[in-house]
This record gives sequence, structure tokens and C-alpha cells, in this order.
Amino acid sequence: MYAFQYHRPASLGEAATLLGKLGDGKALAGGQTLVAAMKLRLAQPSDLVDLGGIAELAGIQADGDALVIGALTRHADVAASADVRKRIPALAHLAGGIGDRQVRAAGTLGGSIANNDPAADYPAGVLGLGASVVTSQRSLGADEFFKGLYETALKPGELIKSVSFPVPKRAGYAKFANPASRFALIGVFVSQAASGAVRVAVTGAGNGVFRSAELEKALTASFTPDAAGAVKVPAGSCNGDLHASAEYRAHLVSVMAKRAVAAALG
Amino acid sequence: MNVKLSLKVNGKAVEADVDPRTLLVQFLRDHLHLTGTHVGCDTGQCGACTIHLNGRAVKSCNLLAVQAQGAEVTTIEGLAAPNGDMHPMQAAFKECHGLQCGFCTPGMVMSATALLKDNPKPTEEQIRAGLDGNFCRCTGYHNIVKAVQTCAGGR
Repeated sequence: MYAFQYHRPASLGEAATLLGKLGDGKALAGGQTLVAAMKLRLAQPSDLVDLGGIAELAGIQADGDALVIGALTRHADVAASADVRKRIPALAHLAGGIGDRQVRAAGTLGGSIANNDPAADYPAGVLGLGASVVTSQRSLGADEFFKGLYETALKPGELIKSVSFPVPKRAGYAKFANPASRFALIGVFVSQAASGAVRVAVTGAGNGVFRSAELEKALTASFTPDAAGAVKVPAGSCNGDLHASAEYRAHLVSVMAKRAVAAALG
Repeated sequence: MNVKLSLKVNGKAVEADVDPRTLLVQFLRDHLHLTGTHVGCDTGQCGACTIHLNGRAVKSCNLLAVQAQGAEVTTIEGLAAPNGDMHPMQAAFKECHGLQCGFCTPGMVMSATALLKDNPKPTEEQIRAGLDGNFCRCTGYHNIVKAVQTCAGGR
């Protein structure tokens, strides 16, 4: 690992100020991706701003028709939260399926979505529920937050504070996990809001999480597993690599959508 | 620039001055000479380096030592009773022959104890899923699962 300067601010404001003035500084949340990348010298930040000392960033709170989850809340805490399990069980299920137990005890919601790995689980949950990402500067809708391969709308020095998840009428998440990494070969998150509006987010397929217009249309007409399974996803919307061809991924999208709807219907 | 680190390891207060790029596992093994925690893959996958950080099983090769600032760390050396009696999980691994070469064992035991803390009576399926982050290349896992079941059953 290359050397870096280490900072441990006590507040979000102090962390944002530091990151704003440090050229190649990076924020450290749980470190489950960043520390590994630094060990391989794939990342070489000049400074690390450790958010681990900022108590205000962790926790889960009900706020009317939404659940607000702090950026530094660990996956294991989301998976085990009675509030999340009761109000958005699909999100608890998603968090409980990330990586392995040790990763879930360290990795965080904010770290995951700020990194925006194209095969990560949380981006599907955030986009599939139409959540809002609250930062040190503003509130961003999920549709404007994710910008493609490892890219988000976050500006230099802008830090995620929390994510506000609207509680849906029902939701489901299904993933076909890579057997080695547990990243999603394909993961599909479906939700139906109280208004009836349907959202479908797909992770693992392309250069970043995306919504499937075909699946949303089919499920708006009929929110059933069969309606999802009947949608033929074009292979052109998926990437192929050594783990799976584009055709196989496209096929998996409708299979996972079908399972996600079945899970949503309980 | 070095960072002042203060934490508790196996119940004892530890103060140190570390280069911030020191991994937690390096700190435990090379600085504190607690070599029971193993480095297997060094890429956060195999779980041989599993320790408890504030009561939770984590991979110490995938965390910086400075991330344990103010924390309570337990390593395999801290599990047995002060008189040397094995922790029930260690005894169960011995009784069930839950190891062959033994390299993964410290991490397995640390994961298994954390698993039973969260879920004292897991099913076989829950044990296998709960140990997903620990690799064993010898046993085929069968006797490891048996050891966790034995420990959970209090036998």
C-alpha cells in the first residue's frame, strides 16, 4: 500500500471541508472495497478521511412514510433492524445477502453507493425504491445519483449523510450471486408504491445499475411473476465477460425479476 | 505521519504509534506478536484473519489498524479462559475433529463464536451460510459444521 496522510474528523462538516481542500483525498467508510484496492495499489489517495469517528452518520430512523438510514450504517445492522424488516423487508434481505458475514459487519450503505460498483446490491435497492440520497450539500433522487461505471453525481468534497427510503406497498429483491464473490451476476429489485407506481432496478448487467422500462411496463399492467418472466430483455443491454455472456445475463434479468416479484407478493 | 492508536486487545489496553497504512492483521501479528490470527489470501476472501471488533467478526486483513481506534478487539488468543481451559467452541472443534491442517481454524472459530452469539441455535443451513466468509481447503466443512452444532447444543 502506498503511504497516505490519515485524518479522523469528528463531524460531517469537518470531513467535507477536509476533502474539499485535499487534492487526492478519499473518504474511508467501512473500507471493504477501498482498503482492498489500496493494498493492490489500484487506489493511491494522498489522504484518507476516516468517517468512522462520526457518530451522527450511523443509525436507522423512521421518518413518516420513509426509513432514513445513515451512511455509515453497516449492512449487518440494516439486515437485523426490526424497523427495516417490518417496513421494507426486501431491503433487509438485500443487505443480508451482501458479501459474507464479516464483510456485512464492516461495509456500509454510504460506502457501497458512493463506490457504485456495477455489480453491487445496494444501488439496486436505492434505485428500485426511488430513494433520496441526502448529502452534505443537497438531496439527490436515485435517478440522478447513479451515473454509470463507478460514477455518481457526488462532487469533490460532497459526502453522503443518509439515504431516505420511501416505504413501498411491496418490494422484492432477487439475485443470482457470483459463487466466489457474492456480487450480483444479476440482481433485480422490484417495488410497487402505495400509488401503484412500479420501479424495477437491475444490477450486474451493464456499466451500472439501471431501470428496465420493459419490466416496469409489464409489471404496471400486471404485478405477477408470470408478467415479469414473459419479458424478453435484449442482450444488447447487458455486458458479457468471463462470468457470463450477455445473452445469459439478459435471460437472468427476467428470471430474477420473476423471483423478485414472487418475493414481493410473499 | 504516524498515528496514535489506543484500543483494547484481549481485554488489555494497548497504546501504539502506527503508520496509518498498517493493516489491523499486521498490527496484531507483527506489532503485538499475536500470531494466532492468520493471513491466508490477503485479499479479504478466505477469512483466516477473522477477529472480533467490538464483538463482531471481521476480516483483519481488510481493515486498517487505525479503524480499530478506541475499539475492543478479541483474537483467538483471547478466547480461552485465563487458566487455559479451552473456549467451548475450541473444545468442540477438537472433539469433532473440525480441522486438518489447522490454518483456517482460528478464523473459523472466531466466525463461529460470533455466529452463535447472534443466533444461539442455528440450523445446519444457517451455520453453512454463516461461515460463508471462511474457507477451509482440507475438511470439506463437514466436521466444522458438526463442531458448531455440538457447541450450540452444549454437548
